[in-house]
Parts: sequence; C-alpha cells; structure tokens
Amino acid sequence: MRVTESFRVAFDALRANRLRSLLTMLGVVIGVAAVVVLVAIGGGAKQLVTSEVEGLGSNIVFVVPGKFQIGTTPAVSRLQLSDADYLNRVLGRPDAVAVDLTSAEDLRAGTNTYYASVQGTTSNVVDVFDRPLAEGRYVSKADIATARRVIVLGPDAAAALFPNTDPIGRQVSMSGVEFRVIGLFQAKGGAFGVSPDTEVHIPVTAAQRLFGMDNISGFAVKADTPGDVDAVGAKLVDALKQKYQGDEFTAVSQTEILGTIGKILSMLTLVLAAIAGISLLVGGVGVSNIMLVSVRERTKEIGLRKALGARQRDVLSQFLLEAVMLTSIGGVIGIGLGIGASVTLSAFTPLPAVLAWWSIVLAFGVSVAVGVFFGVMPARRAGRLDPVVALRTE
Amino acid sequence: MAEIEAVDVTRSYRMDGVSVDALRGVSLTIEEGDYAAIIGPSGSGKSTLMHLLGCLDRPTTGTLLVGGRDVGTLDDSELAELRNQTIGFVFQSFQLLARTTALDNVALPLVYRGVRRAERRKRAAEALDAVNLGHRVGHKPTQMSGGEQQRVAIARALVGEPSVLLADEPTGNLDTVNGDEVMGILERLNKERGVAVVLVTHEADIAARARRIIRVRDGLIEAVAEAPEPS
Repeated sequence: MRVTESFRVAFDALRANRLRSLLTMLGVVIGVAAVVVLVAIGGGAKQLVTSEVEGLGSNIVFVVPGKFQIGTTPAVSRLQLSDADYLNRVLGRPDAVAVDLTSAEDLRAGTNTYYASVQGTTSNVVDVFDRPLAEGRYVSKADIATARRVIVLGPDAAAALFPNTDPIGRQVSMSGVEFRVIGLFQAKGGAFGVSPDTEVHIPVTAAQRLFGMDNISGFAVKADTPGDVDAVGAKLVDALKQKYQGDEFTAVSQTEILGTIGKILSMLTLVLAAIAGISLLVGGVGVSNIMLVSVRERTKEIGLRKALGARQRDVLSQFLLEAVMLTSIGGVIGIGLGIGASVTLSAFTPLPAVLAWWSIVLAFGVSVAVGVFFGVMPARRAGRLDPVVALRTE
Repeated sequence: MAEIEAVDVTRSYRMDGVSVDALRGVSLTIEEGDYAAIIGPSGSGKSTLMHLLGCLDRPTTGTLLVGGRDVGTLDDSELAELRNQTIGFVFQSFQLLARTTALDNVALPLVYRGVRRAERRKRAAEALDAVNLGHRVGHKPTQMSGGEQQRVAIARALVGEPSVLLADEPTGNLDTVNGDEVMGILERLNKERGVAVVLVTHEADIAARARRIIRVRDGLIEAVAEAPEPS
C-alpha cells in the first residue's frame, strides 16, 4: 500500500470519530503544553537570576577565608584591613582591592526603622561594584582614616527611613550610635528578595567599631577582563596563604556563583519537564486504550481488507499511523497552547517565560514516539487478525 | 490449467482442546471459466471449503493449488497477494465500507496492489459500469438499496480482474428481484469475461443455475451433478 494512501485512510478514520479523536488527543495536548510551559518558566527564572548576578559585575572575584561553598557559613576570618594594602601591592594596582565587613543591623531615623545589611567598605567599592550615586558622595579615604560616622543609603533603605524628606545630612542611628547620611545610591533592582538597593554602606573602620570587630570578612577585586578573573583570584589566594601560613582561602568569581545557580535551576527545569512528561505518558496510555477499542470495532473491516489482499503489515501500518497521527496532531496543538500560555505568562506576570526550542522539538518528538510506542500493540493485534475469524465477527 | 485444484484436502480445527474435522478429504477442480455451486447444510464444511478456495486459510493436509501455486506452502503475505491477484469475493452481507463511496469501495483491492489513485479510480469506474452502476459512483452504501450494494461488491470483486469469483450466499440478503439481477450479472461476467464463478449457497434454485453442483456433507463431497447445458 502506498504511503499517501495510508495517511488518507488513517486521517479518514480519525475524522470519522471526531469527538473520540479529540478527547484522546487531549491527554497528549495537555502533556505537551505542560512540558513547553514549564520549561519556559524554568528558563525564564534562570535568565532572570543570571541577569541579576551578572548585574553585579562578571569581572569581580571575591576572596574569602576558608573553603568557601555556596550555602555554607563562612569561616572565622583573621583578615585585617591592612591586608588590602598588601594585596594592592601584590597586584601592583593601587586601590584595586575593596574590603567588606557586613552585618545586619536595625537602623532608626526618628520613628522609622529599617533592618538592613550594613556593609563596612572602603572608598573604592563604588568603582569595583559599579554603584553610581544618585545624590551626595560616597565614603572617602578621609572617612576611613578617621572612622567617621557617615552612611550611604540604598534607595529602599532611604525610602523606609526618610519617606518624606531628603535624607542627605540627616542622622541615622544604629545601636545608639548616630551616623550622618552623606549619599544615596541609584536604584539597581533585584529579584528573589536579594537586592543591592536594600544595602547601606559605612566606612569599614566605623563598622569595625560598631560591630566590635577588628577583622574584616573578605576582599573583592575587579579583574580587567572576565578571562583574568581566575588568575587574579589565584594570585590573591597565594599571597594570603603566604602571609597566613596554614590558613585556607578561596577565590569565588561571579561566574562560579552563576554556574551553581544555573545548575540548580536547570535541575529544577528538568524535574518540572519530567513531571509534565509523565502526563504525556498517561496520554499515551489513553491512545493505546482507544486504539484497542478501535481495532475491536473495526474487526470486520480488517477482515475485509485482508480478504481483498491487505497484508499483515498493511493493516499494522494503517493502525500505527492512526495512533501516531493522533499523538502528533495532539503534539502540535499542545505546542501551540504551550507557546500561547508562555507568552501570556510573560506579558501578565513578572516572571519572563523563555521558550526553549529544544523543549518544543523534544515535546513533538516525544508525542510522535508516544504514538509509536502505544500504537504498536493495538496495531499488531489488528495486523495479526485471522481474516476468516474477522469476517465472521458481528 | 485448472484455476483451483484441491487434492484430498482436509482441515481440522482445535476448539477448546477438541479436534474438529471440518473437511475430511476433499478433491475438486475449478476450471477456467467454470460455473460451479457448492451446496450443503450448515455445518457441512462448505464455509471451510470456501475459505480454502479463497486462500483465506490453509489446508491441514492435502494439496491445494490456486492459480498454480501451492497454498499450503505460502506465508501470510504471499497468501494475501495471491488472494488479491486471483480471487474476487462476494459476501452475503456485502461487506462494503460504510463511510466510503462506491467508487472507493470498488477501488480497494487495487490499493493493496499499489495501483496509483487516478488509475484505481478509472478502473473502479469501469467496473461499476460493468454492473450498471456507472451513475452511482459517488454514493455511499447507506444511500443504496441492497441490490445496488451487492452490485458494488461484485464490481469490487471484479476490479482486480481475478480468474475466480467466489460468491458466498450472494443473494442471501436480497429479495427475489434483486437476487435475480445479481445472479444475472454474475452469469454475464462468467460468459463474457470467462471468469470462473463459484457459488456457495444453501438455496437449491440458486445452485440449480450453475453448470456443476458440488454437494458437501459432513466434510466430504457427497455428489457432483453436471447440469444439462442450458439451451
């Protein structure tokens, strides 16, 4: 039998039972649509996080004490503020190394309070992290030298503490110590509750006094190019190991953080896709079921076709094609629905759904495969029918 | 050469573990252009015999030659091909595809012969003409009378130009007028085209029209009666 003829016969059979065909397809439609949408959402989340982390600057390398891994508590630090100068000399670049000493504190201005991540910094932090100011000035070298009690507010902190007034020149108190507002950061935006806009910066020397510490948490350096990041990190770690014999230090780059987050989100996307895949499988079982019913209903037709000269494989391919057509048409409809739902999600929710071509191709491929897999058993049953018995069936 | 030649053919089935001998040693020959009727009461084995003559089944023992080929040695695909090439079936209940037009019903055997669609339709239209249904090509079986449906079935049996038409109770579902017409067409095809016609029937008056009556009883050929040449 010719292939075009097989297609025609299969299509006619599906059309003859329109409602049944549609309902059978529905399982595949839902499965495929779910795969496409969930993968798009996963991809969107990944892109969002990636752009956030990239916004911090992809050339930045952090050096922290101990064996650092995402999700673990940082080791107790023996690093000193003076180590920044030592590392500057190692790199041969004055002011390359930014210092960090962070603690969460309650801020108070009048009756307004704000709980913020307070960062003790050096004057070069604005350059390393690319944090332009909207107003006022940043922490200066003189502020650090004299441990002056001045503070730079992120826009979220400023809005919470000074809802109606210009904060510049006003006082903010932490643990009863007054700090004078000297500058405001420009808004940067963020996601998942992590945003640089919530930060407040004070001179690292003032922070040490406020927190009651004489060490610092770590260093951050901006490499010239993303390619230099690893080399710079290694150099700094080596220098620190030399100075603090027996201590471990770790260089963490933005790309490493990105890689870890990306891995987690990719895994999540795969899990979502797999769950959606299960519904595709269930849809396939429905197809198998309906094809078995169809074979039984058309036993006489099969007997007749065989009497007229249809071979086993003619009958088999006719029913297999019918099943595959059912699932692939369902697949195409599901892809359409999935794309539509993804686009709608992007338009009306903050989560950008990013359509992945691989998921569309995969979903279609799987729906065709489901048709073959679940169609083969009923089709073989049809092909093997004895024409004498089939013709006798009433 | 004989179209069909059966030598000491038997056919037994196993039903619920019990062996049933439907045919117990049948020898017969269908010659080119033959017109024979196989008659017998139900359970006599005439249906089994028809299935064997139509290559729908293989004998348990004995030799069955159809179109010169030994049916017992052919596999399912070869058997399907042999049916398609040499046998035209006409069934009591017509066996037309309900949602398919007369033309496409008739063309069906050619589908399994790999004939192109345009050619199929042309030949199907000719076959419908031959049974005086040239004007009904686009109609579906549900829109036709029983007699017309059986004529469509005859056209379908005819379209592949088989050497044997095997008609199983062709008039069983028809009234006398339509039955007569259908028999007339079968006889005309037999006479004009030289296609052998084998009727399987239990109606004596239908069987009486054939040139040879093969009487089957208890899985054996009881008698063969040559009818006098019609004048």
